[in-house]
Amino acid sequence: MTDVHAALVRAFRDEWGQVVATLIRLTGDWDLAEECAQDAFARAVRSWPRDGVPRRPGAWLTTAARHRALDRLRRDVVGEAKLREVAAMTFPDDEDFDDSGVPDDRLRLMFTCCHPALSLDSQVALTLRTLAGLTPAEIARALLVAEPALKKRLVRAKQKIRHAGIPYRVPPAHLLPERTPAVLAVLYLLFNEGYSATAGADLLRRELSAEAIRLARVLHRLMPDEPEAAGLLALLLLQDARRDARVDDHGDLVLLEDQDRARWDHAEIDEGVALLDAALRRGAPGPYQVQAAIAACHDRAARAQDTDWPQIAALYGRLASMTRSPVVELNRAVAVGMAAGPAAGLRALSDVDLPGYHLLPATRAEFLRRLGRRSEAADAYREALRLVTSDAERRFLTRRLAEVGCAP
Amino acid sequence: MQYMLLICGGPEAAEHAEDGCGGWSEEMAERGVLRGGAGLRPPQEATTVRVRSDEVLLSDGPFAETREQVGGFCLIECADLDEAVEIASKHPAATYGSIEVRPLWQP
Repeated sequence: MTDVHAALVRAFRDEWGQVVATLIRLTGDWDLAEECAQDAFARAVRSWPRDGVPRRPGAWLTTAARHRALDRLRRDVVGEAKLREVAAMTFPDDEDFDDSGVPDDRLRLMFTCCHPALSLDSQVALTLRTLAGLTPAEIARALLVAEPALKKRLVRAKQKIRHAGIPYRVPPAHLLPERTPAVLAVLYLLFNEGYSATAGADLLRRELSAEAIRLARVLHRLMPDEPEAAGLLALLLLQDARRDARVDDHGDLVLLEDQDRARWDHAEIDEGVALLDAALRRGAPGPYQVQAAIAACHDRAARAQDTDWPQIAALYGRLASMTRSPVVELNRAVAVGMAAGPAAGLRALSDVDLPGYHLLPATRAEFLRRLGRRSEAADAYREALRLVTSDAERRFLTRRLAEVGCAP
Repeated sequence: MQYMLLICGGPEAAEHAEDGCGGWSEEMAERGVLRGGAGLRPPQEATTVRVRSDEVLLSDGPFAETREQVGGFCLIECADLDEAVEIASKHPAATYGSIEVRPLWQP
């Protein structure tokens, strides 16, 4: 019985996206596809405990969902033409059936969900709903929006896909370079939603990270020649490897230098590093590969003091030239400070323009503290405290302020 | 599918009044994609196309800035939104103003 339950949970996680994607391709109707997939899983819950888990759960579920779609269309007069189409569609069970050269409906679905004509918010919400099978309530909670607003967003996105004629296909080769980044960005956002976990909501959020890693694996398997897809998967693995050591028993953030490195997931680190090395050998480094290289520098240091800071500073320099992001400039200044001392870090910080972002004054405060310029450090900590929003970080900054403030 | 292309220009649009359309009309007439007029689907189903530094930028919805105004329109018929965007991004006005792509109500 527990085996059957585990098989059901696994089937939902692994097969949901594929079942929905196949039904969308067959019927062209997103809502019908979701309802039929739900119905197929409900059937599995009833019949697997009785008849046993089928040898190929994915094929079983797809067939059940397709039968359900045929039933629904049969009752629907306007669906008649569609019915003939779906009924006539032969249904080879093997993976080799494909007309686009890309052997996966999920990839087509991913590119449809992440079409640049949809807002980024809608792209994330649709990916979570359609590919990961999360409920609107779960997505609303994960993205910190009200459930009715989220539902409205999903309805609008599906309507736009249908009415504006957004195609269900992997774009032609010449459009891939400009669309792959949108897909990668959504997967990265999805991962970050799970990674920036705080106590309370963290169970669901860890699931989001796991889902992002799973989808990044699908993308990498289907686009093995795209080094940034490999770079993203490597980055997610190398960051996820530190998840258990990032938060202490009180739910406070543990800084990288203070983390118990024995609690890092070393199998995940090895896999991430191997992926990254293979991607870098292709000689087309992009922002995800560079970020993965930075994460790998941290993950490979046995102790915090073994970290290769000059290498990290150089990588941030490379990343800054690719992204022109002031947050990256800030990180570069931190790495310079670690590699060449707080005075050099402070100099690197003087060019960074990030109004309203608490980590800028917090970083300046840290350099000033280490230079022994305590009153200037205290001013910078106070400025950071005015801007900070997370409780864990506020506690950390308050502690630091007390340290510099109480000293003579 | 049928799409209306709403061509919007900012203050610089006047400078382009005498530009002609760089062979766009001729190419699209030859492709047989130009049509007449009809009612449009609501604005939230619009996609706005801009071309800047040879990069095609898409936005979800009508995003003409207030200083930009509709200066003209074309009705086209083509396979899907990707083709409509390709057609819109070839229009010279996309490189200085923007073009809102609105699907029509299907009969």
